[in-house]
Amino acid sequence: MHNPLRSEADAFRWVVTIGVAAVAVIALTLLTRPVFGVVLAAALLGFGAGIAYRSSRGSERGPVELTRGRDGRHRVLVVANETVGGEALLEEIRERCREKDCEIFVLTPALAGSRAAHWASDVDEAIELARQRMELSLIAIKELGLKAKGEIGDSDPNVAIEDALRTFPADEIVISTHPPQRSRWLEGGVVERARERIDLPLTHVVVDVAAERSVS
Amino acid sequence: MESATVALGHGHEEHHGPPEANQSSRIDRQTLGILLFIVSEVMLFGAFFASYFFLRVVVNPSEWPPHPYELPVAVAGINTAILVSSSFTIHYALESIRRGNRAGLKLGLVLTWLLGATFLFIQINEYVHIGFSDRDLAFGSIFYGLTGLHGAHVFVGLLLLSFATIRAFRGHFGPAAKDHLGVEVPGIYWHFVDVMWLIVYTAVYIL
Repeated sequence: MHNPLRSEADAFRWVVTIGVAAVAVIALTLLTRPVFGVVLAAALLGFGAGIAYRSSRGSERGPVELTRGRDGRHRVLVVANETVGGEALLEEIRERCREKDCEIFVLTPALAGSRAAHWASDVDEAIELARQRMELSLIAIKELGLKAKGEIGDSDPNVAIEDALRTFPADEIVISTHPPQRSRWLEGGVVERARERIDLPLTHVVVDVAAERSVS
Repeated sequence: MESATVALGHGHEEHHGPPEANQSSRIDRQTLGILLFIVSEVMLFGAFFASYFFLRVVVNPSEWPPHPYELPVAVAGINTAILVSSSFTIHYALESIRRGNRAGLKLGLVLTWLLGATFLFIQINEYVHIGFSDRDLAFGSIFYGLTGLHGAHVFVGLLLLSFATIRAFRGHFGPAAKDHLGVEVPGIYWHFVDVMWLIVYTAVYIL
């Protein structure tokens, strides 16, 4: 969901828009009869509500802004939460970085238990769990001989990716999820939206944590 | 977004107490705070508007305003223009500091404060000369209730602008977004106050 009122500049645009609408209603009312002003006000209110709803759904957003590193190092943004320590993911990272000067950035969105918890910012426990998983995965990645750092991200994975790309000049993205029948990220279209909005190579890795545990 | 770059071996041991609050870079906490406050204010104004439209539409008196009362539409219209102008001046102040123009910031803030104070002065003058009080029918109560509620918000906005102006003259604020939140947040509030007046003026004085 896109917040249409993020800054003073946004608020000013609202003042100008509502001001123009108010002038139209006032002019029509003074030139004709109040009932015409009421009808125009209702129509403008409905139109405005429609526009606000449309923009809040994110339909007017552009592609994600990217930063680029200039030192020849290959940078991989790895996005994972519960699957962050999965063997399949580590294997993919090893493959991506074979014979390259590679840097890994592990982004672990703090998964809120519910939408209500997300809106209430009740994510302390989720952050702590994400931090623990991320730290273990950083150890595992560094054991592969790779440079790695990590960050806890927004509980919306797509927002977390956008946030991370503002500071980490990734060359490619790896998103790790549970298998389709268990993955809330896949159900929510996280990978598809990332592909649509981010102009970077993106690899989707499926990690079956339960199967890996049973094998080990 | 919270950063948790980990130094192996000792990163986690140094952390005490509950984990740091998560913050997305989508919006800073101060701006989110004023937006949530504005949401509550919209509900407050909504309650007053509900009363107003109940009186006008459901009770449906034969005359509105009731005879012999009249509302000073022209004077309030000029007052509306004054208040809306102040949105442009506060925006100018913000745009100035974003470009590092401190003189523009000060000028914009002073002009905004003066326009806001002028609006409030004219409104008080209107109350003195309007010819009815809040005890005169439900019409008087809702008129003073709605416009008075808005006037109180202008007063609070002027207080916030006063703090911002004093700080600007003391050399506070800078071009970076985090360095002028003390103007950005009152600016958002001031725009809200302007929008509410546009709605109050249109609904109460015009329609």
